[in-house]
Amino acid sequence: MPNYAIILVIIGYLVLLFGIGIWADRRSRSRWVHNPWVYALSLAVYCSAWTYYGSVGIAATSGVSFLTTYLGPVIALPLWVLVLKRIVVLSKQYQVSSIADFISLRYGNDRSIGAIVTIICVVAVLPYIALQLKAVSETFDILSSGPDSTSLFTDSTFYIAILLAVFAALFGTQTTDASRRRSGLMFTVAVESVLKLVFFLIIGIYATFYLFNGTTDIYNQISALDGFETLATFENMEASINWYFMIALSFFAIFLLPRQFQASVVENTSTAHLKKASWVFPLYLLLFNVFVIFIAWAGKLLLSADVNPDYYTLYLPLEHGHKLLGLMVFLGGLSSVISMVVVSALALSTMVSNNLIIPYGFLKVLNNSNPETNAHTIKNIRRIAIFILIIGAYFFYVNFNIELLLFSIGLVAFVIIAQLAPAFFIGLFWNRGSATAAKMGILAGSIVTLYTLALPFLIDVFVEGSTFTSAGPNGISLLKPYALFGLDFMPPVTHAFFWSMVFNIMFYLIFSVLRKGDYRERNYAELVVNASTIGELEENAFVWRGEAYKSEIEKVLIRFLGEKNTARALNIFHRKYDIDPNQEKADARLVNFSEKILTGSIGAASAKLMIGQVVKEQPVSLPEVLKVLEENKETISANKQLQQQSYDLKRVTQRLKDANNALIEKDKQKDEFLDTVAHELKTPTASIRAASEVLADADDMPEELKKKFLNNIANDADRLAVLITNILDLEKLSSGREIMDKRNHELKHTIAKAIDGIYQLALKKSIQIEVNQVEAINMYYDEDRILQVFTNLLSNSVKFVPEQQGVIKIDVLKKDQNVIISFEDNGKGIPSEDIQYIFEKFYQSNDQNVKKPIGSGMGLAISRHIIESHNGTITVDPHFKNGARFIVELKTAGI
Amino acid sequence: MKKILIVDDEPNIVMSLEYAFQKQGYHVFIARDGSEALIIMEREHPDLVILDVMMPQVDGYETIKVIKGNPAFAKARVIFLSAKSKAADIEKGLSLGADQYFTKPFSVKKLITAVDQLIRI
Repeated sequence: MPNYAIILVIIGYLVLLFGIGIWADRRSRSRWVHNPWVYALSLAVYCSAWTYYGSVGIAATSGVSFLTTYLGPVIALPLWVLVLKRIVVLSKQYQVSSIADFISLRYGNDRSIGAIVTIICVVAVLPYIALQLKAVSETFDILSSGPDSTSLFTDSTFYIAILLAVFAALFGTQTTDASRRRSGLMFTVAVESVLKLVFFLIIGIYATFYLFNGTTDIYNQISALDGFETLATFENMEASINWYFMIALSFFAIFLLPRQFQASVVENTSTAHLKKASWVFPLYLLLFNVFVIFIAWAGKLLLSADVNPDYYTLYLPLEHGHKLLGLMVFLGGLSSVISMVVVSALALSTMVSNNLIIPYGFLKVLNNSNPETNAHTIKNIRRIAIFILIIGAYFFYVNFNIELLLFSIGLVAFVIIAQLAPAFFIGLFWNRGSATAAKMGILAGSIVTLYTLALPFLIDVFVEGSTFTSAGPNGISLLKPYALFGLDFMPPVTHAFFWSMVFNIMFYLIFSVLRKGDYRERNYAELVVNASTIGELEENAFVWRGEAYKSEIEKVLIRFLGEKNTARALNIFHRKYDIDPNQEKADARLVNFSEKILTGSIGAASAKLMIGQVVKEQPVSLPEVLKVLEENKETISANKQLQQQSYDLKRVTQRLKDANNALIEKDKQKDEFLDTVAHELKTPTASIRAASEVLADADDMPEELKKKFLNNIANDADRLAVLITNILDLEKLSSGREIMDKRNHELKHTIAKAIDGIYQLALKKSIQIEVNQVEAINMYYDEDRILQVFTNLLSNSVKFVPEQQGVIKIDVLKKDQNVIISFEDNGKGIPSEDIQYIFEKFYQSNDQNVKKPIGSGMGLAISRHIIESHNGTITVDPHFKNGARFIVELKTAGI
Repeated sequence: MKKILIVDDEPNIVMSLEYAFQKQGYHVFIARDGSEALIIMEREHPDLVILDVMMPQVDGYETIKVIKGNPAFAKARVIFLSAKSKAADIEKGLSLGADQYFTKPFSVKKLITAVDQLIRI
């Protein structure tokens, strides 16, 4: 493919990305741009050209160990989400804009620690960026016919680097507050993440299913080759240890790489997005690795041995004449390069400006200028930093012309970045870790890395025939850089990682214990370590004593934020703490608030220095700091307790009210019940009394009539007895005191018994009774009670059906775990307006004064209680028109 | 002979009252609820009505309202005979125009005395 065509495609692609970026920037609030998917995908900035090309290279040369870089993040993800949530919350609260800022904040806004972190990051990432450029350049050469010209102005890689710098500067430095989100940029990163994954999957499928007949085919062919075993298995114990360290290393990288911190913390818009990221991101990494091993095997089988295995993905389609597919692979690689380089350069430029350039030299300049100039200066510092970093990386790549595989340089960068891990992670959980200790740890670890990794590498490259590596300095074998203190079974990177961590952590712990930090450091340490309790204190979380004038602080703020923004910020501050705006003196809260809002623009350390210039600070002792923090915490928790208590009180009051209402309602119901009971008892009593009075004075009464009266008295007495029994029964059932005596019975027998009970009555009225039960049903119930229900339903029916033509039908149906028994008659039925009342005690029609029909009025109420005590239901079929139809539903399973 | 109408849905009570009042020399009519009572009223114009409150269909309160609202029944005296025995119930019955209110269970003798006083001059 001719060079100009490729360059045209590249330019077209970049213009497209620019367009997407600008589009997304304008719609930063729309749900297309502001959503958890974009966040989760932007984290895949982790997958650089190193992943895209290098994984295949490492899989081809040393087998499955390429997986470690991705397994680390996947395995550690639950922990990652937990820790990251805390970091994000803190970073947002204190307007942190980079990892250097975060670490410097933890150690009391220490200026030098921010600078050291920045330097470490630049040292680690610059070669890493160079590596990306190298990948672009080499893939460009493979795609075009021959090697590119080596002169600077004809080297296409140089122009690509410049374009990337423009891209980063355009989208990354729109505001001076570096802690602000860059929606457009992150959206393009997410889009590129999708593209690179899709393109990589396509080439994977192409290699596996087009060039071969699926995974089994490749496996069968490759396993026939010599030395296959080493490519697919762990050969020994050392290799497993190696795996372990590699996973740890990549776990650190996912927190500490500046581009990861940028994407996951600074650009996070909502902690809720972490949830989605916690599964999307690992899934993304897994998908990316599905075909790596197959592409590697395919390359080994189909391509000649002198082809660089890093670029198998590109050579495979090109060798088979699929040029467009090759171009697509190239664009996928370019995508991973663009997002990695742009985000890294952006993160580094913020660090360089806020933690290196501004606090070490530009403070005076900024101090004497107006807000517009300052905003300009800060933005320009960052823009220049971006260009210098990317062009610096370009020259690094050109001059060092690194003859290493992509994978190894990436790992070296990881080891250097890992030096921040103890200061970062231990500092997050241990409040005693001090700034001095952090610096000493990082320095010690870096020196060890330099000695065990960079030095032997440089010496081997530049000094011909040196024995430094093989025999150690002056032949001291204990100091051999690749086998320090005799530890000789690890590969160089793992070895360097191991020893640098040992020294780093050792120095960090020892110095933390030996030299306590000052009060300010400890104040910030408490803040970070106990973020959940102290974070709520906000400005109150900082202890500060001294003298300051508000107007002076205001002047500083105006210099960076402008008049309008300063006025707005102070207004918010005054309202939040209910402070008189005309107060002349500034208090601790204002000092801390001002430092916080300056942090986004000029970094934590510079903010502290800036404000420090206009206030007279008096040192506070460490115990005092802790005491004040403790008191503030107590005040807050006391307030919280009070709130909780008043809330509890309200709830209890409401509950009491509810209970009282329920009692009143219950009382009312009880009164009504007693009223009705009294009425029911009085009627037969009145009847008995009247009859006996008549009889007492009836000497002339005919014998027959006398007998009739006596008979009436006896019937009324019976009625009273039944009533009393029913009332007691109902009370017992409804209060739940009656325990059902459940045993195993055959339902058919119980129904037969019920029919026996009313048989005489039915016979008298010539009523026909049909029972329809197909299968035998054995179940647990209290037979006497269920019999009572059936008898009640049957005798009701007997009462209401017409003589001679009366029909009563009983149907039994088993349905899943339920038995449905229906009692159907052709009587006068139940008026539809009464259906909802018939199961109430003394069911009466809508008018209180209208008497219920025949019967005690309690049978159905009692039946309902009995059925409910069996966890069943009893209902009336409202659609049955020929008479009444009652449906009893019982569970066969329950005991 | 004076005419008495007994309105109650309890056949046993009605039976006792019927016997006792016939023995006293009254002409006794019987109704099982309000609507039946009004039909008999139209036909017989009784001098006194003994009225239960809680009955199926038309209750005692409704019945007395109709009786008191019809000038043709202006002469008719009304005695309530009910199991409803709360002060509020009694007051309600009397306010609707009843001459007496008897609560169940009741003394037949006292009821007869009351009826005698109301309609036998």
